[in-house]
Amino acid sequence: MGEKLLMKGNEVIAEAALRAGCRCYFGYPITPQTEIAHYLAKKMPQVGGTFIQAESEIAAINMVYGAAGAGARVMTSSSSPGISLKQEGISYISGAELPAVIVNIVRCGPGLGGILPAQCDYFQAVKGGGHGDYKMVVLAPSSVQELYELTVEAFNIADRYRILTMIMGDGILGQMMETVEFRDEEEIIKVDKDWATTGTEMKRDHNTITSIYINPEVLEKHNQKLQAKYRKIEENEVRVETFNCDGADIIVAAYGTVARIIKNVIKMAEKEGIKVGLIRPITLWPFPVAAFEKYSEVPKAFLSVELNAGQMVEDVRLAVNGKRPVYFHGRMGGMLPTQKEILDKIKEIVKGD
Amino acid sequence: MAVVFKRPHALRDVPMHYCPGCTHGIIHRLIAEVLDELDIEGKTIGVSPVGCTYNNYEYFNCDMQQAAHGRAPAVATGIKRVHPDKVVFTYQGDGDLAAIGTAEIVHAATRGEKITTIFVNNAIYGMTSGQMAPTTLINQVTTTTPYGRKPELHGYPIRVCELLSTLDGAVFVERVSMHDIKNIMNAKKAIKKAFQVQIAGKGFSIVEVLSTCPTNWGKSPDEALKWLKDNMIPMYPLGNFKGKDLEV
Amino acid sequence: MARVTFIEERCKGCKLCTTVCPKKIVIMRTDKLNQKGFHPAGVDEMDKCIGCAFCATICPDCVIEVEK
Repeated sequence: MGEKLLMKGNEVIAEAALRAGCRCYFGYPITPQTEIAHYLAKKMPQVGGTFIQAESEIAAINMVYGAAGAGARVMTSSSSPGISLKQEGISYISGAELPAVIVNIVRCGPGLGGILPAQCDYFQAVKGGGHGDYKMVVLAPSSVQELYELTVEAFNIADRYRILTMIMGDGILGQMMETVEFRDEEEIIKVDKDWATTGTEMKRDHNTITSIYINPEVLEKHNQKLQAKYRKIEENEVRVETFNCDGADIIVAAYGTVARIIKNVIKMAEKEGIKVGLIRPITLWPFPVAAFEKYSEVPKAFLSVELNAGQMVEDVRLAVNGKRPVYFHGRMGGMLPTQKEILDKIKEIVKGD
Repeated sequence: MAVVFKRPHALRDVPMHYCPGCTHGIIHRLIAEVLDELDIEGKTIGVSPVGCTYNNYEYFNCDMQQAAHGRAPAVATGIKRVHPDKVVFTYQGDGDLAAIGTAEIVHAATRGEKITTIFVNNAIYGMTSGQMAPTTLINQVTTTTPYGRKPELHGYPIRVCELLSTLDGAVFVERVSMHDIKNIMNAKKAIKKAFQVQIAGKGFSIVEVLSTCPTNWGKSPDEALKWLKDNMIPMYPLGNFKGKDLEV
Repeated sequence: MARVTFIEERCKGCKLCTTVCPKKIVIMRTDKLNQKGFHPAGVDEMDKCIGCAFCATICPDCVIEVEK
């Protein structure tokens, strides 16, 4: 491994994008992720790249559409309200199968909400906030090191499958500083983008980037092709961390910042003779169903802990498929659950018979 | 005898879906003639809008992208920034550019994006069957101004060329028309100049083309041309607003 | 002299060409229909054609080719 630095999460995302060969960034200021834009405003010109502060998140996502359709590695970033504005563009990018990376540093909502961390955009990201049957690969880092590694990986996934790939962090991850160790070189996959609009140079038939197929038979075939791609991604691209699950009395499902809190709760519970396991989805889509299936009959119950009113818990219930009860504990508005309140909930469940 | 007029190479040899007498077809041909004459078809990328011409990516032989309603200038910005050596144009209607896409066109122009916009103003929404557009004239009847457009209810028409010409990034701004042969030929000159301004890297160029919609105006094609001349030109005066003398 | 040829299957019968011909020789062939059910435009008095291409210029569908 190469350089080791103490860096702010948002800046690590920006640095990772550059290291992944991204030379196009279109953004718009919104707390708590604007440092991504600051960093790239400085660095893109140094590497001959393009940085534009667009007039709106809507314009930014459509610039991503154009640049990705022209064959470039391209990224945009925003936070919850801005990501809502980008939903139409996300649907178009998905329909046109354009590879790109989008970062959501989630803040509490709804509406203008607040600027503190939350996980209340889970449904929007994995169930689709835009129109139509589409999916984005959604990666959920829980450390600054993972912000780096998953951002680089996001560009590879995007190019490998021609799919929009989201990094979904939260305000804590974006704003906090941690050490990050950069590799000397990044593994950047090379794909032939012969479909891109680069100019025919009179040597080939024209390329067209579109998401409209007015003929229903053709559009259904197009959708079937998209669905087949999503199935393949579900087979090949699941990332999950399972921790302390063998023989666990209870297994907690948590991702991102919350998973870090759970790791402390696990130690506290051990002292009280309760074995707590953790299943930490790293890909929120494709959801790690197999991991939950594998442990579905091990614990007395599952507990999903999130910074929202209960969203991922639904997918945990689907994965556990009724074999065990699945409980939920969450905080909203930017509040964080304390280790004690989570431990109390665990005790209540484990000793609840 | 030599062929003096035929379909330009940059226009694909396929039937176009536009209504009989709709002047979109002429404008498409003029653009294709310019791409041929400047020999840039191979290095041009166009952006289709949403509206009657939503699929005109099927009618040009250059690479094309189809953009969400109103977002073509942003899509074109993304393309041009990735390929600064290529020629990029957007083709947009009055709903696409002056209603939902107002922010995008204003900011692409004010950023001086080196792209060319062909803005077709026919004072109505064609594809969705005849609603009011931002350029619908006062008292003009449409399916959403059934009693005629009234300023106190529906506001005033937008003069796009005048609006954009106040932006320093917009270096070539001209309004032309399709209503007769002389004006069609003049429109081609303006379109050619706009592309040349882009190639010379001067900044943002736009040609507003007054155009007809026989179907939704409820007129025959040649009556529509006459109506355009008598009613639209007084509201949208023709001419160059900026960049007439630009060296290209 | 000059000659115009009409790709009749592309014509939509909009008649614009008939309104601009300085020699008034472009007419609608009301005796036949193309596949789309339009009367295509055409010229019978080809000898009078001066090859000005006005008809082709105003045609929205590239129906007309002009030789001179």
